[in-house]
Amino acid sequence: MPSISERFVERRGEGRATLVPYVTSGFPSRSETVEVLTGLVEAGGDVLELGIPFSDPLADGPTIQDSTFRALEGGMTVEGTLEVLAEFRRESDAPIVLFSYLNPLLTYGLEAFLVDATEAGAQGLLLTDVPTGADPQVEDAILDSALDLIRLVAPTTRPDRASAIAAQGQGFLYYISRTGVTGAREALAADLEEEVRVLRAAVELPVAVGFGISTPEQAALIGGVADGVIVGSALIQALDEGGPDGGRAFLATLRLAMDQESTQRELTYGP
Amino acid sequence: MENEGERFGPFGGRYVPETLISALDELTAAYEEATTDSTFRQELDLLLRDYVGRPSPLYRASRLEAHADGPPIFLKREDLNHTGAHKINNTIGQALLARRMGKRRIIAETGAGQHGVATATACALFDFECVVYMGEVDVERQALNVYRMELLGAEVKPVGSGTRTLKDATNEAIRDWVTNVETTHYIIGSVVGPSPFPRIVRDFQEVIGREAREQMLDRTGALPAAIVACVGGGSNAMGIFQAFRDEAEVELIGVEAAGEGLNSERHSATLAAGRPGVLHGAMSYLLQDSDGQVSPAHSISAGLDYPGVGPEHSYLKDTGRAQYVSVTDEEALEAFHTLSDLEGIIPALESAHAIAHVLKIAPEYRDRGPLLVCLSGRGDKDVKHVARIEERARYL
Repeated sequence: MPSISERFVERRGEGRATLVPYVTSGFPSRSETVEVLTGLVEAGGDVLELGIPFSDPLADGPTIQDSTFRALEGGMTVEGTLEVLAEFRRESDAPIVLFSYLNPLLTYGLEAFLVDATEAGAQGLLLTDVPTGADPQVEDAILDSALDLIRLVAPTTRPDRASAIAAQGQGFLYYISRTGVTGAREALAADLEEEVRVLRAAVELPVAVGFGISTPEQAALIGGVADGVIVGSALIQALDEGGPDGGRAFLATLRLAMDQESTQRELTYGP
Repeated sequence: MENEGERFGPFGGRYVPETLISALDELTAAYEEATTDSTFRQELDLLLRDYVGRPSPLYRASRLEAHADGPPIFLKREDLNHTGAHKINNTIGQALLARRMGKRRIIAETGAGQHGVATATACALFDFECVVYMGEVDVERQALNVYRMELLGAEVKPVGSGTRTLKDATNEAIRDWVTNVETTHYIIGSVVGPSPFPRIVRDFQEVIGREAREQMLDRTGALPAAIVACVGGGSNAMGIFQAFRDEAEVELIGVEAAGEGLNSERHSATLAAGRPGVLHGAMSYLLQDSDGQVSPAHSISAGLDYPGVGPEHSYLKDTGRAQYVSVTDEEALEAFHTLSDLEGIIPALESAHAIAHVLKIAPEYRDRGPLLVCLSGRGDKDVKHVARIEERARYL
């Protein structure tokens, strides 16, 4: 099974950006989640983010909030998410990053969760509400586990702090494209390309960009400057409208646009 | 450690999205600077005196003490502040901080509407843009305060997600802050949220305790045997407790909302029935289910209807320095009437919880010395809500 960073290296070797789709576990329903995940792999998803639903998703915009509430109403839990993951693992070796708020994991028991999530087949863990340095005990436990600790850098992060975050991070560095919560946006931040270039030059980890990426054009643009492209809310919308097939079809359009962009670049600049 | 933020024992911290870290650093620095700047303190003190109306009186409620068969009972009259509650002590202080940081857009969350009104008031005074997030349920039960905020020039944004109360209004305020952090200051209304908010709000509310301490010594020559205050997030309690914390002989009693009873699952008694967890940026006691999802809270009082509690209260509970009890909707409603009848003071339903507990314990304190109660707000905002509840009961 490839690790998260191996998957990024592999794609980079092919001259392509890594595509990282986010879905909420239990959305649109628990029974469809495995099908959603396998569909995303077929559509060209390289590393998958699987969100554990939480009652108070304060880093998320309306689309992911809604998917979260519906997943909870459907009975999804931390345990249920690990079961879904284990089922998926029997069908695919695509790396999975679990995406969670801290509280459900504290209730489950962090140490137990790290062991069980690894056993279920996760490769990484991203905690939205535990920024670098916020809880050394929690952070050390994850760093000591088999899971990669995925770290985020925001546009408001000072350069010295960004370096410290990158030094702690594993797998890839998640760059938040703009201040704000998750959610599809029509336009990307004006200085995004430049900021990603600066960050990439400063850190060794591959840099993936997320928040607000919703169209093939945006994915191609980001794929041209970053190592990875993360898409969440727009994919959730597609799943809501078209179920697992709708999600797969939507992600395929991003994949295609990103790959065409990289071919274009090679033709223009040489490999 | 700087990045970890301030903790009270294991509680507190900074459990927020990365985007907010720089703003929390900026706020911490601005606050440190302000506390060492004598002009800041002078300006705040002047506003508290001339605008808020401080010091608030300490009133001896003789008829209440006769009725309760208790010791002297003193009410710290935060209900007499401008805007009708203790909340303005904090909003004026934080507005001064926002001005220092050059931020002219203010956001706030509100439950009962008292903090929203106090924030809108400070924003009118300082000519700031003001957006207040309020759960749809609370917009309904505190309609008068919504109009009051609008009169003051604030925009009230109803929040329809989750339980549609204070918890969700707070989520939405944090989302706004994450989005507009470069131009906006978040005036959080209680001793909750990520560090440094719990300390800043406590410090701005400590004026309640400082005054009360001086007034008690002046009037009785002694400190009270116990201090009683209601606890939702816990800002009025923290403010009055803080000035007496080092006096080991003064008991500190926080009163939470037991709603329809602690066994009913319809209550807001976080410290009595919750367990430690993380919500709204801090580690603290939390009402939650077996999967770590936050449980909906309930109280007749919108200001206490919150599944979390300030992290420093969690610390005071675990260290035993303060004790936390709870009072049901029914008991609070009865106390609401008792104080109105006997003293001509209509208390906020939040503060009525503190009065209800005082009525219960007064006889035990007869020979132990006076009780000091924080009457955190006035009940004008609740009159319509109470009338509706009681009419229903009468005609059912």
